[in-house]
Amino acid sequence: MVLELQKPRPIWQIMFSTHHTDVGLLYLITSLAFLFLGGSLALAIRAELFLPGAQIIGDAMTFNRIFTVHGTTLIFLFILPFASSVGNYFVPIMVRYKDMAYPKLNAIAFWMIPPAGALIWLGFADFTWYATPPYSIISAPGPAADMWIFGLKILGISSVLGAINFIVTILKCKHPDMSIGQVPLLAWSFLSSSMIILVAIPTFAAALLMLLTDRLGVSGFFNPAMGGDPIAYAHLFWFTFHPEVYVLVIPAIGMMYEIIPRFSRKPIYSYNSGVFAFVLLSIVGFSSWAHHMYATGMSFTEKTVFMVGTLAAVPASAMHVFNFIATMWNGRIKFSTPMMWAVGGIALFFSAGAGGVANAAMPLDFTTHDTYWVVGHFHLFVMGTIAFGSIGFLYYMFPYVTGRMYNEKMGKVHFVMSFIGTVLVFFTQHVLGLYGMPRRVFDYPPIPEWIAMNQIATVGAMIIGVSMVIFLANMIYSSGKGALANTEDPFGVGGKYYYPFEAKNPSH
Amino acid sequence: MSGHSNWPEWIYVAVVIALMVWVGAEAWEAERLIEHVPADAKTIIVTGQQWFWTFEHEDGTKEIGELHVEVGKAYKFEIVSKDVNHSFNIHDYVVLMDAIPGRVNTVWFAPTEVGQHDIQCREYCGLIHYNMRGTLYVEAPSS
Repeated sequence: MVLELQKPRPIWQIMFSTHHTDVGLLYLITSLAFLFLGGSLALAIRAELFLPGAQIIGDAMTFNRIFTVHGTTLIFLFILPFASSVGNYFVPIMVRYKDMAYPKLNAIAFWMIPPAGALIWLGFADFTWYATPPYSIISAPGPAADMWIFGLKILGISSVLGAINFIVTILKCKHPDMSIGQVPLLAWSFLSSSMIILVAIPTFAAALLMLLTDRLGVSGFFNPAMGGDPIAYAHLFWFTFHPEVYVLVIPAIGMMYEIIPRFSRKPIYSYNSGVFAFVLLSIVGFSSWAHHMYATGMSFTEKTVFMVGTLAAVPASAMHVFNFIATMWNGRIKFSTPMMWAVGGIALFFSAGAGGVANAAMPLDFTTHDTYWVVGHFHLFVMGTIAFGSIGFLYYMFPYVTGRMYNEKMGKVHFVMSFIGTVLVFFTQHVLGLYGMPRRVFDYPPIPEWIAMNQIATVGAMIIGVSMVIFLANMIYSSGKGALANTEDPFGVGGKYYYPFEAKNPSH
Repeated sequence: MSGHSNWPEWIYVAVVIALMVWVGAEAWEAERLIEHVPADAKTIIVTGQQWFWTFEHEDGTKEIGELHVEVGKAYKFEIVSKDVNHSFNIHDYVVLMDAIPGRVNTVWFAPTEVGQHDIQCREYCGLIHYNMRGTLYVEAPSS
């Protein structure tokens, strides 16, 4: 199950295992592989945009395919599987059960991801991760588009199976002595995000089928030439994918709830407010989807309703930030690598949220919508908050998974470079958006401000790229040759940890 | 429960809610005023297609890729699309509205100064989306 490199097993034993830590390890390795694949596409995009005109990437079609696969990969093949990895390792232990509720289902949910990833990467579709009709129906070249649709279909099923497993494990398999109010916040985050998945995903699952039959020409749900309505797709898509934003961010917040009190050497400021904010966010998250659609010609009333729904989600997110700061307040903080990532992530989470409020305000949205502002805004969430929380947690669980310690100095260099790079790329992109540069463009006119800001962003991206190479080297070297970790207290901060290697009833 | 006071959190949440109410109210008021189209606005039909813009004035004259308007007058754009989704954008005047096949979306503006401004497409529409650009010429009144 764990300590793989100390007690090697044949790889097929791990691949065919249904034990939660084995499945967690599979999720972990897969998600990291896709992190590096998707990240290298990002570097290609930034390199191309360093100057106006075509440089690295020969033509617009290749560029469009690259940013489509970049987005799809990092959302569905890095962030979600990484969260599933953490959930697999920690949720059963936190609720004191021997495994996930349905181990075979758990393994099946994982094994859907590689074929889906293969469909997305071998197809290399060009219609953006949003797959807007009618473009995706009448213009997008197949079979790439159809392969993307099938890939996403499989990933949707995998998500739903995983969500069912987490919900049943937490609600039905937790130790009888344990009340729901004693379940740690990390497990609560998986309960909340799994509930959102169950409600949100079916809508997009239906829309994907309709998109496929539209592409085959047998239906016209979203094709205006056959009496359909592309706006209907936009509603179905965002009804799934605005809540999905919370599916991505809530587990990352949960990981910070594990890291922040541990390294502040204090209990969490308010457990109850953390639970309340998770539950509130997963309900209010469903009231804001059409704020992505102000410019599609919505009525004043519709826009007002969705603006209010969006602003209503802010207090719940703000409560998490308060909880973190109040926990750190007066704590004896030890800034080990995981803590640095978590604190950096909270700072960027706050910045991203503040920018989001500006987007939600109707008149301001018409300045920022579909510009680089939006690119900067959501990357502050997916990279600045979610990837930061996730990478911090990866450092945190590294001694548990490998039995060895990563190189602390390299971990800190990784953090500092990534933080500087993230600020350079995504804060600059906010300003670039205010100057009017549209997103998803292969080339841009030589406007001096646009060139300067694109170059700052590219430099920032390259800094992140270098830091990720350091990260990879650290992970590979330390898992084989790192110093042996004191698995009772690897970070020297005391207190009781959750040990994945204490998992009961290993299957081998 | 932990033995600390929860008042700081309540005050903090109240401040956040108050801020959101203020942002929402300001945005509501601004948007209400912006959406009010002046009665004397002249209509320009804007057609988006892969990958250029066509403009049709009230008198029937058509322009491709260029739009000439007079300073100080109000114009109402009726935006349509012939193929896929586009988004009609004059960033300097915060004019932004999607062109969606099967729908007519409207947005208006009144140029205040003589000059040139970029027109662009802000919704992904395929191969040449990046170069679906045009120019707005704001000119002095002819008579």
